Amino acid sequence: MELYKLTARQIKDLIEDKKTSPKEVAESLISRIEATENKVKALCLVDKEDIFTQCRELEKRSEHGPLFGIPVVIKDNICVQGQDTTCASRILKGFKPPYDATVVSRLKQAGAVIFAKANMDEFAFGSSCETSCYGATHNPWDLQRIPGGSSGGSCASVAADETVMALGSDTGGSIRQPASLCGVVGLKPTYGRVSRYGLIAFASSLDQIGPVTKDVADAALLLNVIAGSDIMDSTCVDREVPDYTKSLVDNVQGVKIGVPKEYFSEGLDSQVRDAVEKALDVLKGLGAQVKEISLTHTDYAVADYYIVATAEASSNLARFDGVQYGHRSASPRSLIDMYKKTRGEGFGEEAKRRIILGTYVLSSGYYDAYYLRALKVRRLIKEDFDRAFSHVDCIITPTSPTVAFKIGEKIDDPLAMYLSDVFTISANLAGMPGISVPCGLSQEGLPIGLQIIAKPFDEEMLFRTAYTFEKNTKWHKEKPRL
Amino acid sequence: MDIEYVSQLARMELTDKQKSKLSKQLSDILAYIEKLKELDVSTVQPLSHVLPLKNVFRQDKIRPSLPLNKVLNNAPSREGDSFSVPKVIE
Repeated sequence: MELYKLTARQIKDLIEDKKTSPKEVAESLISRIEATENKVKALCLVDKEDIFTQCRELEKRSEHGPLFGIPVVIKDNICVQGQDTTCASRILKGFKPPYDATVVSRLKQAGAVIFAKANMDEFAFGSSCETSCYGATHNPWDLQRIPGGSSGGSCASVAADETVMALGSDTGGSIRQPASLCGVVGLKPTYGRVSRYGLIAFASSLDQIGPVTKDVADAALLLNVIAGSDIMDSTCVDREVPDYTKSLVDNVQGVKIGVPKEYFSEGLDSQVRDAVEKALDVLKGLGAQVKEISLTHTDYAVADYYIVATAEASSNLARFDGVQYGHRSASPRSLIDMYKKTRGEGFGEEAKRRIILGTYVLSSGYYDAYYLRALKVRRLIKEDFDRAFSHVDCIITPTSPTVAFKIGEKIDDPLAMYLSDVFTISANLAGMPGISVPCGLSQEGLPIGLQIIAKPFDEEMLFRTAYTFEKNTKWHKEKPRL
Repeated sequence: MDIEYVSQLARMELTDKQKSKLSKQLSDILAYIEKLKELDVSTVQPLSHVLPLKNVFRQDKIRPSLPLNKVLNNAPSREGDSFSVPKVIE
């Protein structure tokens, strides 16, 4: 049996029935990685010895836990104790975290096998997974194309069946956009749903960790494990975590779906539009009520985001100065010279661009004109959604305006790259949960994704709607030929 | 944008080539960002954080922390139990 092709729920059942073991599952995935990874390049660290040590430890356990024996790949900005965690940046080369991120310790507790570190855009700055110091990840559906980003390695590894599940992080679409372009399920939970202790911060008012999986049910299973308050992260809300698998019901009867007209304007690829419209017809046919809504400040979201996110990033990345960890320039003349050279040598081009932009919008004389204004526009964007959610249960949009583009196509046009997050950014600015599920294939055979957004802390609505769609379509069963 | 000055604020050295490429790209991005000025925000309160959180309190109890050696292990340069840096005061 080809275990590597299965979902977490299928593997769980086989292990419970003693038809396979964590070790056999790991072996199957390792041989898959050996067959495909030289093409996809989704992973930046695979420690086979450590994987088998974990499997041996699991065999001694009396209590199995909800993810017993399930391999999970971790994005390279999430700390795994003792394993290189670099944010795909030269400046953090060789950094071995002295502790596990809360999500990682919860996975270990649940019996998961921490399988590999996933490639990403440097410091999660990007939408194409090309800015990594390890080189670009390739889309398993077409190796000439980008997998999306920044969680490109997490999504490409799940799409290529190199892992069963993965964790990504999402600041402006970094889970949902690559999930869409790789034909997998990606969920950004509500801001405050999942602890970020041990996530190397990009933009603290926007970042969330979330699941990347082969189907909706697995996403619920994984969110069950990682959600919930944490004494180590005061922004992680102390609020009961429902059993999300209970929301996996095939029923959208009476669910009110809002479709924002601003998301179907110029710049949207016609194949993406058609696929999303067909998906809405499916849901309508199953009893959902679909109505047009208006989110009037949509057109300002990308501009707003690139002020807020870069301002926060420039501040968060001040910690990389060559003192406590990572790279330090070889022979600095002074302390200040050490900072400047270390950062000049350690950060890649996109990181530099964002640090400069963020520093500028916060600098004296420009703060009010840029940063403060952006915070005010952020409120207007959030109020659009508050108004919409007073009369709909969820909002459906395309996840990305296009299918996966070619490697190199947008790398020298940062603004065009930023605009690939146009549909996902608002959920971060306003703190709502969003999920991307496969909803079609283009003529070239590239995946198209559907985004569902719900009210804060209503992940149950996402799971219900996404699960129903999945049960009544076949898109999640499509696989790339590798 | 005075890129020389901003890179000084960010304590980040840029080569001349990087400076000229960044200047061009950043001026395009800033021109795009200008569109926020179309909106009248004079009566809008800023939103820095979506959660209605203020202070989050916990018991002031000592819990175990990381051992010093583990913390210092990643340092590019150390001396005993300290991080070592170039001389700060001349």
